[in-house]
Amino acid sequence: MTVNTVDPAEVAKFEAMAAEWWDPNGKFKPLHMLNPCRLDYAVAQIAAQHGRDPDAPRPFEGLRILDIGCGGGLLSEPMARLGAQVVGADAAERNIPVARLHARRMGLEIDYRHTTAEALAEAGERFDAILNMEVVEHVPDPQAYLDACATLLRPGGVMICSTINRNPKSFLFAIIGAEHVMRWLPRGTHEWSRFITPDELAAHLARAGLRLVDRKGFVFDPLRWSWSISARDLSVNYVTASVKPTA
Amino acid sequence: MSKDADVIIVGGGLNGPALALALAQGGLRTILCDALPPETRADPEFDGRAYALSLGSRRMLEALGVWPRVAPHAQIVREVTVTDARPGAAPSPFFAHFDHAEMDEGPVSQIVEDRFLRAALLEAMAREPLIDHRAPARVTGFAADDAGIEARLDDGTALRADLLAACDGRDSPIARAAGVNRVGWDYGQSGLVCAIEHERPHGGRAWQQFLPAGPFAVLPLPGDRSSIVWSERRDEAARIAALPDAAYLDELRARMGGFLGRIALAGKRYAYPLRLSLAEEYVRPRLALVGDAAHGVHPIAGQGLNLGLKDAAALAQVVVEARRRGEDAGSFAALERYQRWRRFDDTLAAFGFDLTNRLFSNDDPLLRPARDVGMALATAFAPARRFFMRQAAGLSGELPRLMEGRPL
Repeated sequence: MTVNTVDPAEVAKFEAMAAEWWDPNGKFKPLHMLNPCRLDYAVAQIAAQHGRDPDAPRPFEGLRILDIGCGGGLLSEPMARLGAQVVGADAAERNIPVARLHARRMGLEIDYRHTTAEALAEAGERFDAILNMEVVEHVPDPQAYLDACATLLRPGGVMICSTINRNPKSFLFAIIGAEHVMRWLPRGTHEWSRFITPDELAAHLARAGLRLVDRKGFVFDPLRWSWSISARDLSVNYVTASVKPTA
Repeated sequence: MSKDADVIIVGGGLNGPALALALAQGGLRTILCDALPPETRADPEFDGRAYALSLGSRRMLEALGVWPRVAPHAQIVREVTVTDARPGAAPSPFFAHFDHAEMDEGPVSQIVEDRFLRAALLEAMAREPLIDHRAPARVTGFAADDAGIEARLDDGTALRADLLAACDGRDSPIARAAGVNRVGWDYGQSGLVCAIEHERPHGGRAWQQFLPAGPFAVLPLPGDRSSIVWSERRDEAARIAALPDAAYLDELRARMGGFLGRIALAGKRYAYPLRLSLAEEYVRPRLALVGDAAHGVHPIAGQGLNLGLKDAAALAQVVVEARRRGEDAGSFAALERYQRWRRFDDTLAAFGFDLTNRLFSNDDPLLRPARDVGMALATAFAPARRFFMRQAAGLSGELPRLMEGRPL
C-alpha cells in the first residue's frame, strides 16, 4: 500500500465514495445502466479504427486511451481490462483518489490524474483513443474543449463523444423524466440550454479538425428496462465517433 | 491476487460441462470441479434417465460441437400423444395429438439417454484446453471479495476466479452455504425410470398418459427401445421398485397396454423422489446458480435439462459479453442481467409443470371430464398446437444466442 501518507479518515471517506460509484443500484445507477451500451459502442469503434479483433482476450494491448471525466473509473477500468494503457482525467479532484483506490483493489493499473483536457494538450500528451462521454454538455465553451481534445488525438486516433440532444423530447426525458420523475439524477445535473444537437456537435468536431465516421442513439426501453444502441433514434442520448485524419 | 481461471464451475453433471464448453467458446478459462470420480461418470449405468432435448438444446449442443457425438444415439420424436387414463380402463376419448410435421423449425424434441450426453460432454471437455477438469474434487468453502472469489477444495487447494457457478444439482450445497433461501414442496411422488426393449417399432411416437397417481410417459429411443418415465405415489413407487423384474414388467404392462407388443427390461431400474425446489435468488456476489441448483422442477414435461441448458447458455452469454466490453465478468451488474433473464422464465415453467401435475394426478370425477375436454379443445387447432410445440421446443422467450444455433 502506498496510501500511508494519507489521513485514515480520508481513506475511509474514499472507500465509501468508491462503494457509491461502483454500486449498480446506488447513486450512479443511471450510469451503470447506460454503461454496457457505452462500452459496446466504444469497444467496437476503437477496435474498428485500430484494426483490432474485439473478441480477442486483450484487444487494446499497446493502445493509449484517455478517459475524460473519468469519475470513479466506470469506463477506465474496462479499457484497462481490455489491455489498454489508460489515463483517467477528472476536473473534480475528489474523484481521483476514489478511482485509484478502486482500480488498485481490482488489480488494475490506471494513471488517474486531476487535470483537464486543455492542460493535458498543453503538456503534449497524445492518445490513440479518447472517451469523451457525457462531458461536452457540462463545459462552458464546447468548441475550445473539443479543440483541445482533437489536439490530444494522434493522427488516425478516434474520439468517442456522447452527449444529449436539445429538443422538446430531450427536455421531457432528460430533465423532467430523469431528474424530476425518476430521480435518476440530482436536480440541476443538466442545463437543457447546454445540450447540443447532433448537427451542432458535427460542426464543432469538423472545426476541431476531426472527421465524423459514425453516430448512433442510446435509447431507453422501458419494457426491458435497459438501454440499447439505435441507428436512427438520436433524439435524446446519442454518441459519435470521429477520427483525426492521418495526413 | 492472480487468478487461476475466469470461472470456477462446481458440478460435473450435464449443465456444468455445457457451461464450461460455452464459456470456452467465448475464450474464458474455467476450472470444473466434480465431486464424483471420472470412473463413476464414465459408468453407463450411473444415471438411467433419458431426456427430451428441445430444439433449442440441440442447437446449443450443435453450436458447442457436441452434437455429432450425440446424434447417433438420439431418437427424433415425430408425434406426441397425450391422454388422460386409468390403469386397466379404456383411455378417455379426448386426447391431444402433436405431429411435428406441423412445425417449420423441424422436430421439437429428440430423446437421448443421459449416458450418451454425459460421454459426449466429457469427451468435448477433454479436448478443450481452456477447461481444467478436476475430479474427484469437492469445493468445501468459498469467499467473495471486491476483486474475485476464492474457492477451497477438499485437498486444501485454493482457487481464485471472477465468478463461481453452482451447477451442483437440486440440493445445491453451494447455494445452501451462500444462504440462498429455497421455496418448494415434496410432490409425494417418485419417478420410476427404466429402458425397455419391445417387439413392435415405436415409429418415433412419444406417448404420455395422465394416470391418477401421476404422469406415465413412453419415450422412443433408437432401435426398438423406449424409455419409461413413470410417476407414482411414493409408497406405491417403493413397492414397485422392490418387485422382481417379472412383477415389475407386469405393473408396466398394466399401465401401457400392448401397443408395443412384448416388452423386456433393457438395463437397470431407477427411482428418484420428486420435489419442487426453487431458489429465491439465482445470484449472490460472484456466485450464480445454474440448472437444478436454481430450480428443481417436476419431470412432467421433461423440461428440467432444457431449462438448465438455457440457464447455462444465458449465463455464458452474459459473462462473455461483459468480458468483451471490458467489464468485470463476475460483477453483480453482470450477474443481475443473468438473473433478470432467467428467473422469471424458469419460475413460470416450474409452476406450469406443477399445475399440470396437480390438474391431472388425481381421479376427481368433476375434474376429469373438464380437463379432458379442455385438453382436446386447446389442441384442436393447428395454431394452438404450434404454440404448445414451440413452448416444448424451447423457442419461446428471449433465446440465448447458443440456443438459436449461433456462436457466442
